[in-house]
Amino acid sequence: MTTADLSRVHDVARSAPRPDNSPGQSQKPARDRVAPIAIGLLLWGYAAVALGPLLLMLVGSLRESRDIFDDPLGLPTSLDVSNYRTVWADASFSTFFLNSVIVTVSAVALGTVVSLLAAYPLGRYQFRGAGLLSAYFIAGMMLPIRLGIVPIFYLLASLGLVDSRFGLVLVYAASGIPFSVFVLSAFYRGLPAELEEAARIDGASEFRIFRTVMLPLVRPAIATVVLFQLVPLWNDFFFPLVLLRSTEKATIPIGLTQFFGQFQTDWAVLFAGLVVATVPLVLLFLVATKQIIAGLTAGMGK
Amino acid sequence: MASIEMRGLTKAYAGGVVAVNSLDLTIADGEFFALLGPSGCGKTTLLRTIAGLEQATEGSLLLNGRDVTTAPPGKRDVAMVFQDYALFPHMNVNENIAYPLRIQKVPSAERRAKAEETGAGLGLSELMERRPGQLSGGQQQRVALARAIAYRPQVFLFDEPLSNLDARLRLEARTFLKRLQKDLGVTTVFVTHDQAEALAMADRMAVMESGHIRQIGTPSEVFHRPVNVFVANFIGSTPMNLIPARVGPAGESLVVASTSLPVPTSAVGQLAEDEDVLLGSRPEYTDVSCSEGPGALRGTVAVLENLGATALVSVETGDLSVQAVVPEGEEPAIGAEAWVLPQRQRALVYRVTDGLLVSRAPDESAGAGAAPDAGSATEVASA
Repeated sequence: MTTADLSRVHDVARSAPRPDNSPGQSQKPARDRVAPIAIGLLLWGYAAVALGPLLLMLVGSLRESRDIFDDPLGLPTSLDVSNYRTVWADASFSTFFLNSVIVTVSAVALGTVVSLLAAYPLGRYQFRGAGLLSAYFIAGMMLPIRLGIVPIFYLLASLGLVDSRFGLVLVYAASGIPFSVFVLSAFYRGLPAELEEAARIDGASEFRIFRTVMLPLVRPAIATVVLFQLVPLWNDFFFPLVLLRSTEKATIPIGLTQFFGQFQTDWAVLFAGLVVATVPLVLLFLVATKQIIAGLTAGMGK
Repeated sequence: MASIEMRGLTKAYAGGVVAVNSLDLTIADGEFFALLGPSGCGKTTLLRTIAGLEQATEGSLLLNGRDVTTAPPGKRDVAMVFQDYALFPHMNVNENIAYPLRIQKVPSAERRAKAEETGAGLGLSELMERRPGQLSGGQQQRVALARAIAYRPQVFLFDEPLSNLDARLRLEARTFLKRLQKDLGVTTVFVTHDQAEALAMADRMAVMESGHIRQIGTPSEVFHRPVNVFVANFIGSTPMNLIPARVGPAGESLVVASTSLPVPTSAVGQLAEDEDVLLGSRPEYTDVSCSEGPGALRGTVAVLENLGATALVSVETGDLSVQAVVPEGEEPAIGAEAWVLPQRQRALVYRVTDGLLVSRAPDESAGAGAAPDAGSATEVASA
């Protein structure tokens, strides 16, 4: 987790829908009426830049490689899904896909559970060394984890976890924890103390307060940290390249490299592979956007 | 049901702030007791110490004779209603009410039924499936009460229970709470900064200032005989007139700006000549007349405030302003000459040196179980 992730947080927060001030709009001076249009144009322009390549990828995946070279921006002549068949069966993307799912989901689950528990005392209790412990977690965000690849490799080698999906899961889970702890502890801190005290007077134990009162209330934040862990892990090329060797353990980003030949690249099949890699993330964002925005605005705002 | 006993209870914070200072107080079984004071006087800290949310630094706390000074909040058998109600936003009304029962491992069906029954008693039957966010302030308050009641604790603790309600609802809730407490008969301590609330609801009340209890007594005692200037100022919807005066010859009159006033009944025979005192007279117990009378202060009417059935008249006499409440229709005109006369039976005298009430009947002024602080009224009388 690096500063790049933080700036992404702000991007999402910024693109959150703003309450439009429609009442009394007609009486406002012209300048105030132009501003929303300008902002709208800017946002649509940005969206076009972001969506263009994706559209190109989708269209390309339905064409043939020769076709693409003839007319790179053209439309497909016929709906041809043979590229997908090639990717899924011949290029064994079914295995890569499963590997990616197993590794990413376990890493995110592990990282989130650890972060939820670690962030709780940092956000809610006052104890000696709390500041130091927070700083320790934040330090993890300052230092790009890829810089530590050599020690990580030796560590995993000595544990016998090189070329193991479990080893990859451990590294991934650890990489997501600093940012998740940072977001979650801020969110825990924002919850009213009375709720905790009310439960305590009722006789609830500390763990019970955590589980029945606090945990349900940080749900939006959980959605946020899950997504912010999941996306970079799903797309990660570096760690599986270094830590995995067997093809049958490879994840999707590694699988995609087989389409880049030394002398020629099968663009159409590559596009199909990219679509397969992208679809789960798009679906996830569609489902979870609302929760993420709630999580970001509520958690970071306080 | 339980009594609450505090012995030398002290709560000091790490920074050296003493929020509650060596308090002795006994609250009887079934009593409705108010802790009243301005913000920062330690009343909320005291309540939280009783609940166990704050640890007492010294002294001991007994609930029903059992020492709970170091017991965790869950082991004290108390229920607290918070100022912001502290309802769990992710649970519906039924689950909120049943939460304490769930912790006590009451079977699911039973606690649902119990929550249903308690909710019905407070008029919440229609709302049992709603979330707190979908309820009005008054409804949320009743849910918070139901949560406390369903649990059947020995003691209720209310932290500013009415402060989040609008003015009209507050009056209704006041009556409702008082009746509820009488019906249940559970010992109840509530914290408020609103003197009208404390006077209206409490069986007995303690007025607190900077960690000390200044007076303990029934609302009527506290209203009629505030033991010092602080309490006198704090209690009453219109502030008490405190008129600087000097004791006249032989201690038989009070001289205010060359006018000689009779010594109030409560202070007769207790004053020494030339002593500086404050003559305390509530506006409700101050008469205004358009003609001169013996022992009345002459002045001009400066302000008239309509209070509905009564009016508040401010009369300026010299550099003093004295307020009086008159029935509607009997207000003097603004700018007219008027004479104000504190009612002799009800007026009080405070010494300037220590701010304490001059009284010849000490037994009435200090309430039962009074703390040493409040007991200082006794010292005055014996002096």
